[in-house]
Amino acid sequence: MNLSGMIKPSVKNMPPSGIRKYFDLLNEMKDAISLGIGEPDFVTPWSIREAGIYSLERGHTHYSSNAGFVELRRQIAKYVKRKYDVEYDAEKGVIVTVGASEGIDLALRALVGPGDEVIIPEPSFVAYKGCTTFTGATPVAIELKAEDEFRLKPEQLESALTPRTKVVILPFPNNPTGAIMTADDLQKIVDVVKDRELVVISDEIYAELTYGKKHVSFASFPEVKDKTILINGFSKAFAMTGWRIGYACADPVLIEAMNKIHQYAIMCSPTTAQYAASEAISNGDDEVDAMVREYNRRRRVMVDGFRKAGLDCFEPRGAFYVFPCIRSTGLSSDEFCERLLKEEKVLTVPGSAFGDCGEGFIRATYANSHENIVEAMKRINRFVRSLK
Amino acid sequence: MQEILEILEILEKNGRASVEEIALMLDKTVDEVQAMIKKLEEDNVIVGYNTLINWDKSNKETVVALIEVRVTPQRGRGFDQVAERIYRYPQVKACYLMSGGFDLTVIVEGKTMKEVALFVAEKLAPLESVVSTSTHFVLKRYKDEGVIFEENNKDDREALIL
Repeated sequence: MNLSGMIKPSVKNMPPSGIRKYFDLLNEMKDAISLGIGEPDFVTPWSIREAGIYSLERGHTHYSSNAGFVELRRQIAKYVKRKYDVEYDAEKGVIVTVGASEGIDLALRALVGPGDEVIIPEPSFVAYKGCTTFTGATPVAIELKAEDEFRLKPEQLESALTPRTKVVILPFPNNPTGAIMTADDLQKIVDVVKDRELVVISDEIYAELTYGKKHVSFASFPEVKDKTILINGFSKAFAMTGWRIGYACADPVLIEAMNKIHQYAIMCSPTTAQYAASEAISNGDDEVDAMVREYNRRRRVMVDGFRKAGLDCFEPRGAFYVFPCIRSTGLSSDEFCERLLKEEKVLTVPGSAFGDCGEGFIRATYANSHENIVEAMKRINRFVRSLK
Repeated sequence: MQEILEILEILEKNGRASVEEIALMLDKTVDEVQAMIKKLEEDNVIVGYNTLINWDKSNKETVVALIEVRVTPQRGRGFDQVAERIYRYPQVKACYLMSGGFDLTVIVEGKTMKEVALFVAEKLAPLESVVSTSTHFVLKRYKDEGVIFEENNKDDREALIL
């Protein structure tokens, strides 16, 4: 039987990840430093881990309601109000998801299908395009530019909108560029979308990881709150990637639709992770602050390292990535990353993996120890100089 | 003010962090950081730069005891004078004034249990203000100064391909 013929075209035609080969190479190396994985190097703070363990000890091993424990949803609503000044109905306006990723997928599946267009600013997290494609809808990329500090400009959005646009994705703070949108930047986007029939999926998973400027949520603008799905989660802020726990907040009409898919596909998010998340969201602030201070120091060391190596490097204000331009080396992103890995054993990710306009850039994460970052920057410096 | 706290936070975790490194981490000039650290040293905010050693893994034989000491405070001088007479001994690694059932915690280090016991019997207990002592020997140090001794710090994260 021709099994491969059974795979539907949107899945079959999805190209394999462009970065897999790097990780294969990395696995064969000794003393390599990976600046490739987009996850905190910190282990989940102990009080959070302990809450998960305690829930198991008490035998809390059953399902929760589909949308998640109501107590956790109340805590999430309180947290979102406290942090970003947006109010949601805990019972009907919040859903606990398997990571923020599930929230993105649910939102897209609930909203779009063949014939619809989804606007995706790039470079950005690769799942937006992938999940959009699987629904049969058409991803429409907007190329963010280094000279705009990788912010989305209202003119760009305006010219990408068509009558078929159903969803706009707002990926800020941004992976891979580290760009953030200020309140002023967002207001201009609000003005473009407020009177249109579309939904904004605002992926704010890196909201807690900003440096110097406090994060502003797109949902905090009253004119657009009803058309915004706020996506967030515990992975990045609380170093909980492996727990797979996130949430979405939106108008009850949208959450109800997302919950329909969630209830058939997932039923409910893992309950151990929900208990741990509950501890994180109520008592985790100090731990998060300490991690953010540490990331900020590493960020400066890494930006300085790239600049000293002679690469143009936009100053990232959010997430934990640096996105330097490598055009001056004459190499493509792919060549740069492959040679850097082979010659100096440092793994970075080509910008082109995050959209065509990422070509000419590489992504390096500072979610790694200070010592490793210092050593990696030494090697990168040597590598760039060897190219001249 | 925030920078001062951050400098202390960095140095508390890594006493070997160089002025240059700290300056880079905090986006300050080397001279600024140098001046701040000098001031912190002069003001006795930074009182020393030690190395945390797991002596159990070295060849050196050491015994550490925690001694609860009850004392009679002295008129006009409280506990400070008797504390000073105790903490001046080089065998005393730490000395704290406590709330609760006793007054001073004295951490004493020696080569053998006998040596520590003799120190308590001959030096500590006979002090005029000392009412009683209770000695507890340390059997194993799991964590000290915020550092877990047997922690595996290997980065074993698997690659997630996206």
